[in-house]
Amino acid sequence: MAVKVAEEWLNICGGCEVSILDIGEPLLDLLPELEFVHMPVLMDHKYFGQTGENTEMEIPEADVGIISGGVRNEKEKHVAEEMRKKCNTLISLGSCACFGGIPALANMFPLEDLYHKVYKDCKTTDSGETPTENLPPLLDRVYALEEVVPVDINIPGCPTNPDLIVKALSALLTGGSFEIPERSVCDECPLKREKKASGGEIKRTLDSPEFDQSKPWDNTRCFMEQGYLCLGPVTLAGCSNKEGGENGVMVPRCIKGLMPCRGCFGPIRKGANPLVDMMSAISSIGLDAKQVPDRRALLNRYIGGQNRLRPLPARPK
Amino acid sequence: MKTITIAPVTRIEGHAKITINLDDSGNVAETFVNVVELRGFEKFCIGRPVEEIPRIVTSICGVCPWHHHLASAKANDAVFGVTPPPTGKKLRDLCQSIAFCSDKILHFFFLAGPDFVMGPDADYSVRNVIGIAQANPDLGKKVIRARHLGTQMLGIASGKAIHPVTAVPGGFSKPLTEKERDELKPMAEEVLEFAKFAIGFAKESIFPKYQDAIESIGIIETGFLGTVADDGSLNVYDGKLRLMKPDGTYEDFPYDQYTEHIGEHIEPWTYLKFPYAKKWGDFNMDLDGPVGIYRTNALARINVCDKMATPLAQAELEEFREKFGRPAQQTLLYNYARLIELVYNAEHAIELLNDPEITGKDTRVPVTPRAGRGIGCLEAPRGTLIHDYETDENGLVTNVNLIVGTTHNNAPINMAVKQTAKALIKDGKYDQGILNKVEMSIRAYDPCLSCATHKLDGTIAVKLDIRDAAGKVIDTLAN
Repeated sequence: MAVKVAEEWLNICGGCEVSILDIGEPLLDLLPELEFVHMPVLMDHKYFGQTGENTEMEIPEADVGIISGGVRNEKEKHVAEEMRKKCNTLISLGSCACFGGIPALANMFPLEDLYHKVYKDCKTTDSGETPTENLPPLLDRVYALEEVVPVDINIPGCPTNPDLIVKALSALLTGGSFEIPERSVCDECPLKREKKASGGEIKRTLDSPEFDQSKPWDNTRCFMEQGYLCLGPVTLAGCSNKEGGENGVMVPRCIKGLMPCRGCFGPIRKGANPLVDMMSAISSIGLDAKQVPDRRALLNRYIGGQNRLRPLPARPK
Repeated sequence: MKTITIAPVTRIEGHAKITINLDDSGNVAETFVNVVELRGFEKFCIGRPVEEIPRIVTSICGVCPWHHHLASAKANDAVFGVTPPPTGKKLRDLCQSIAFCSDKILHFFFLAGPDFVMGPDADYSVRNVIGIAQANPDLGKKVIRARHLGTQMLGIASGKAIHPVTAVPGGFSKPLTEKERDELKPMAEEVLEFAKFAIGFAKESIFPKYQDAIESIGIIETGFLGTVADDGSLNVYDGKLRLMKPDGTYEDFPYDQYTEHIGEHIEPWTYLKFPYAKKWGDFNMDLDGPVGIYRTNALARINVCDKMATPLAQAELEEFREKFGRPAQQTLLYNYARLIELVYNAEHAIELLNDPEITGKDTRVPVTPRAGRGIGCLEAPRGTLIHDYETDENGLVTNVNLIVGTTHNNAPINMAVKQTAKALIKDGKYDQGILNKVEMSIRAYDPCLSCATHKLDGTIAVKLDIRDAAGKVIDTLAN
């Protein structure tokens, strides 16, 4: 019998849903074994009956629930709770659901400051009051899904790697287990490391690192050792794709784009503090960690839920 | 008085519900499209190094991250006062067009298509892409593969197809190797073949069946906004803005003057703002006498451009204009216009891949932080996308203004919903098919409410329970 799946999206961009489609042809093999019972992005099942005749939100029961996005407002909290109630196994899909994601950068500011900026201080906006009629009130900050309901499986990434979705679903279909090994992006990165920076200051990505596309990847020096801040040392591996055919090497996505990692898969293990760990990784290769601009936001860019980012106390006047 | 709530609006990107108030005799008194989510990019981009913003604003939308990424990179060019080398610009343009193709396929076949292929009154359980795949497995396979091709191409060109990283201030971080170019060419050819199939299929098997719907769902009259090149041809990466009145007369202006032309109005029942043409008068979206209302996205671009820059798309435009005139106002024609753009973007991607300069090594110029302001503008699938940044002398962001494609269409979407609801719901009678037709008038605009709700607002949390792993409440936060 097909496994029933319900999918919901909360405080999202939709990239994780596109990742599900990006499974590509293996999706066609998986489809006969899955029965989607609720998925607002692709299907018309409604919360309150098909003509809005009910007063209570209802999501059908499912074996597997998949939720992308963090929790930003009362409605999303309600949906998360209903999904938890109706789904045997609940999956957090993507770094927003797992850690708050990019939208949790908002946790650095009190809500009032955000309202003020949006409705009273935007160049083209006719200044007005914050809308409130028939709208779900926002929570005080962005929450990771796990802060609101218990979650069974976390699949991080911004967006995640479609291969991981396939692995997780296949494990659920066969009764196997799914875990992402605790390895760092550096553990998978093919660039050449000498354990020591080539000297100088920490550089912003305002110019290009040195690279050689005509030779294998290990002829290009580690971007961090070239002085460009790269979050590989403190970021969970999982984004890489094989480059160069059958005998190719795994290459992290941003490295393939010749850009340093920004940490989108989140911490390597639960409870890690990437900010602290990154500062020591920088120091260990002989660079000055204090030179990193905008440290707090840059090193917590995808993980601002779970209280990693919060408003700084106002400075005394 | 009775209220009908359609929640959630489905097969669109992001979160909305429709509220329809009926009067005592069961006819439509008022309708509202309540956009119920917000995030706050304008605020939390402040303080960040501006060169990092192209890698932050991508998360405004995972369906169209490339367009935010590229608009942000263009705004960065302007902040730093640099012009990317020709190869850098062409690589951006290539990714822009490939991303457009995937997006058109996604919308036509996965989101809006089920209404036409399965029928607007089909049972909701099969009115979706899985229903299409089961009813017509060959078609299903074809569309799943064609949409995925674009993602694979972007992966080859840039490493990361969703939330890309390669558009940088001053150009593009990764040169395209000749080997990669050779891989991409046949894939682009396949996308073009699919585009020709898709528009042929739609013209033959879809649109003729729905002539009545085209003339009855979402019938409103507005102006249009889009980007054209100097010669008046449609261009999605660069050009001047053209703002067309409902009568077809228009004004062209450089995009860095957008604040003189566009204002944004606020209503109390939606988190989403309402852009309007300031010079046309005070905002008004009454069906009888709208003021300042214009539309963006495919139909708008097809209306404002004088011609298409590629041969197959030009032939399609001529056929379209002959049938529907200029400007065409019917909301459901968005679906047709989108397929003309699919053809154009596939042709344009092939043109770029055949250009020897595309594999040049000189793809970016270095930049130096300075205080400045930069405006980046291009066409995202859902409409004109404007990113406007200011920086301090260290290149840290001090101010941000964003107007995204879907937001421009907020008033038109509300008007189209009202018109459709009024026409179809009479004497208190409605069913799921009728409510779905009301949603179709939204779907035609392919709204991306994730994009549109990059802003953040609302009211403060009321109460939040923190639970332990067993689901037991261990703490309650309340204000």
